[in-house]
Amino acid sequence: MKPFTQHSGIAAALLVDNIDTDQIIPSREMKRVSKLGLGEGLFAGWRYVYDGAERAGENAEFVLNDPVFRNATILLGGANFGCGSSREHAVWALADFGIRAVIASSFGRIFRNNCARNGLLAVELAAEHVDRIAAQGAEPVDIDLEACRLTLGDGTTIDFDVPPADRDMLIRGLDYIDFALRYADDIDAFVTRDRRSRPWAHLRASES
Amino acid sequence: MARTLFDKIWDRHVVRQLDDQSLLVYVDRVFLHERTGSVALTALEEEGRRVRNPQHVFATMDHILDTFPGRGDRTLVPGGEAFVKTMRRTANDVGIRLFDIHDGRHGITHLISAEQGITVPGLVVACPDSHTCTLGALGAIGWGIGTSDCEHVLATETLRAVKPGQLRVTFDGALGPGVTAKDMIVHLIARYTAAGARGFAMEYAGPAVEALDMDARFTLCNMAVEFSAFTGLIAPDATTLEYVRGRPYAPQGPDFEQAERNWSELRSDDDAEFDLEYRIDCSDIQPTVTWGTSPEHAVGIDGRVPDPETAGDHDAGRAMQLALDYMGLEPGQPLKTLPIDGAFIGSCTNARLSDLRAAAGILRGRRVARGVRAICTPGSQVVKQTAEAEGIDEVFLAAGFEWREPGCSLCFNAGGEGFAPEERVISSTNRNFRGRQGPRVRTHLASPAMVAAAAVSGAIADSREFAETGTNGQDAA
Repeated sequence: MKPFTQHSGIAAALLVDNIDTDQIIPSREMKRVSKLGLGEGLFAGWRYVYDGAERAGENAEFVLNDPVFRNATILLGGANFGCGSSREHAVWALADFGIRAVIASSFGRIFRNNCARNGLLAVELAAEHVDRIAAQGAEPVDIDLEACRLTLGDGTTIDFDVPPADRDMLIRGLDYIDFALRYADDIDAFVTRDRRSRPWAHLRASES
Repeated sequence: MARTLFDKIWDRHVVRQLDDQSLLVYVDRVFLHERTGSVALTALEEEGRRVRNPQHVFATMDHILDTFPGRGDRTLVPGGEAFVKTMRRTANDVGIRLFDIHDGRHGITHLISAEQGITVPGLVVACPDSHTCTLGALGAIGWGIGTSDCEHVLATETLRAVKPGQLRVTFDGALGPGVTAKDMIVHLIARYTAAGARGFAMEYAGPAVEALDMDARFTLCNMAVEFSAFTGLIAPDATTLEYVRGRPYAPQGPDFEQAERNWSELRSDDDAEFDLEYRIDCSDIQPTVTWGTSPEHAVGIDGRVPDPETAGDHDAGRAMQLALDYMGLEPGQPLKTLPIDGAFIGSCTNARLSDLRAAAGILRGRRVARGVRAICTPGSQVVKQTAEAEGIDEVFLAAGFEWREPGCSLCFNAGGEGFAPEERVISSTNRNFRGRQGPRVRTHLASPAMVAAAAVSGAIADSREFAETGTNGQDAA
C-alpha cells in the first residue's frame, strides 16, 4: 500500500450531508471482478449528463468538472460522508481518480475503515473548519499526518485526530493482514480455549 | 461491574489488545455474496493466502443475479456473469458452503443466515455488506465490513477494531394499529438524523421491542446502519429461542442446552451504563414514508414535505433542497395522495413471510392501479415456498403484482434492473438514495402494507384505511 505521510493539494467542496457510497460510485459502475479502473465511475450520477440511461457528456455544474477543481486531490464533505453501502469500490474509485484525503464533519463507519485500508486519509473536523477550508477556494491545503496538522493557504493551522492504528497503517503503508498473522499463535490459543467453553459456536465438518 | 449486552458478546471475542485502542476480535461466521465476496476471494487467491476456517464461511448469490422466473447465471448487469461464475469457482476451490441459484435454501444473505441457523445468539458475524446488522435481531453482533476487512477475516478469523461506544434506544408504550417495525426505525432516524447513532453499537430495548416477532426485529435491526450505528441488537428472549431451535446449522441436542444457558446471560445488566440514551414514545409513531433522499427525510403519513429554510444546519438544508429538486416536490406538499408509478416489496429489510402476509392482507380482492408497475421479490426460497403454500403468490398475481425469485432486486438496480428515470416508486427497502433504484428514480420508503396500499390506490395512501389481515409487528401470525 502507498504510504501517506504528507500531502499538499487543492480541496473540492461537496458540502452536503449524507453523501452515500451509491453517489460516490453507483452499483451499475462496478462492472468487473476487480478493484481497478473505477475512477471513471466516480460520482457518475453527478459528474455526467444522461440521455435516458446513457451518458451524454460531462455535467459542467459539478465541482470536479470545474477546471479549477478538476485536479483536486482532497475532497470536503458534510456530515455522515460515505454512509450507506459497504462497497469498498467507493474508496477504490476515489483513489483511482486521484483523491488522497477526504475531510468531513463525520463519516460512515465502514467507509472510514475502508479508507485507511487503501492509503486514503479520512479526517473528521468540526463543520466550521471544513467550511473554512472550502472558503479558501483553490489555495492548496498541506496535510502532515505525522503531526496530525493541516495548514491552509494563509498559514492557519488546524490539528486533527486519527485513530492511532489507522495512522500507523497509513504512514507505514503496512499490509495489515500480515500484521494480524504475526499473532497467529494467539488466535490458535483463543480458538482452542473457545472450543472448550463454547463448543456450540464451532461448526464441525459433518454439519457443513 | 455492570455490563451491557454488547459488552458481554464483544468482550469474550477479544483475542488480544494490539495498542492503546485497537483489538483483535474473533469472528464466528463470515457470509459472502457474489458482488464483494468474489472480489475478496480472488484477491486472497492472488496473494496466495488461505482461508483459515472454511467451515465457518458461507456464501450466496443475491446482488448480481436477476430475479426473473427461470433465471440463470446471465443477468442484465454489465459483466455480471463473471461475478456469479467467479463466486462459484472460488467458493468451490476454497471449500466453503455456497447456497447457489437453484438451491432450495437460496436467498438474500442476511435472511438465509438466520433461516439456516448459521447466525445464532451470542455470535460475532461479519459480511462484506452494510446490512449485516440485520442479524443483531438474534442477539448477535452483525458486523458490516468492506472488502479489505473481508480478506482479513477470511485469512485470520479476526477483525482489527476499536470497541465502539454504546447507545440504547428504548421504545416505550405500544405500537398503534397498522404501525410496524419499519415505521419505528424510520421514525427514529427522522427524529435524530441519519448520523444519530454516531458509529455506536445500539441496543434496542423497551416493551414495544420485546413485543415484536422475529421478522419485525430483523426489520428494526436491518436499518441500524441507516442510523450510522456500528450495529443494532436486541437481547435474545423466548421469542428468539423459539425461532432458533431446530434450524439446520444451529446447535443441536446437548450443544443447544449449553448454548441456551450461555444465551440466558445475554442481556444488559439493570445498572449497565450507555454512552448515549434515546427514548421514543411509540404513540408518536405513525405509518411513515420518506419524502427525500436520506432515510432521515421522513414524516408520518399525514405529514407534509418540510421547508429547507427551517433546517438549522446549512449542510442539512442544502441536502434537503437538493432532495426536493431531485424528488420533484415542493415544501408544504402533503405526501398522502402523491401519485406513484412503481411499487416494490422486497429486500433484506422487508421481504419475510409476515411482510408478504401484511401486503397480501391489503391486496386480497383488490387490483394494482392502472399505470403502476408492481413487483414482489420474496427474500428467500424458504419464504417464497412458504408463501406459495399459503396461496400468497395467487393474491399478489391476481392483484397485478409480478411474483419474482429471491434476490436483492430493485432495492438497488441489482440484476441490472431499475425503474425508469423520474418514476416515483414506493418501496419496502432501506435506502431512498438518489439513483439507488435506477438513474433519477424517485424512491419513497415505507412498510410493505403501505407499499400495497399505495399500489392499489395509485398514490401514497394510509394503509390503516384498508382492511387487512396482518402486520410486520406484534399482531402478525
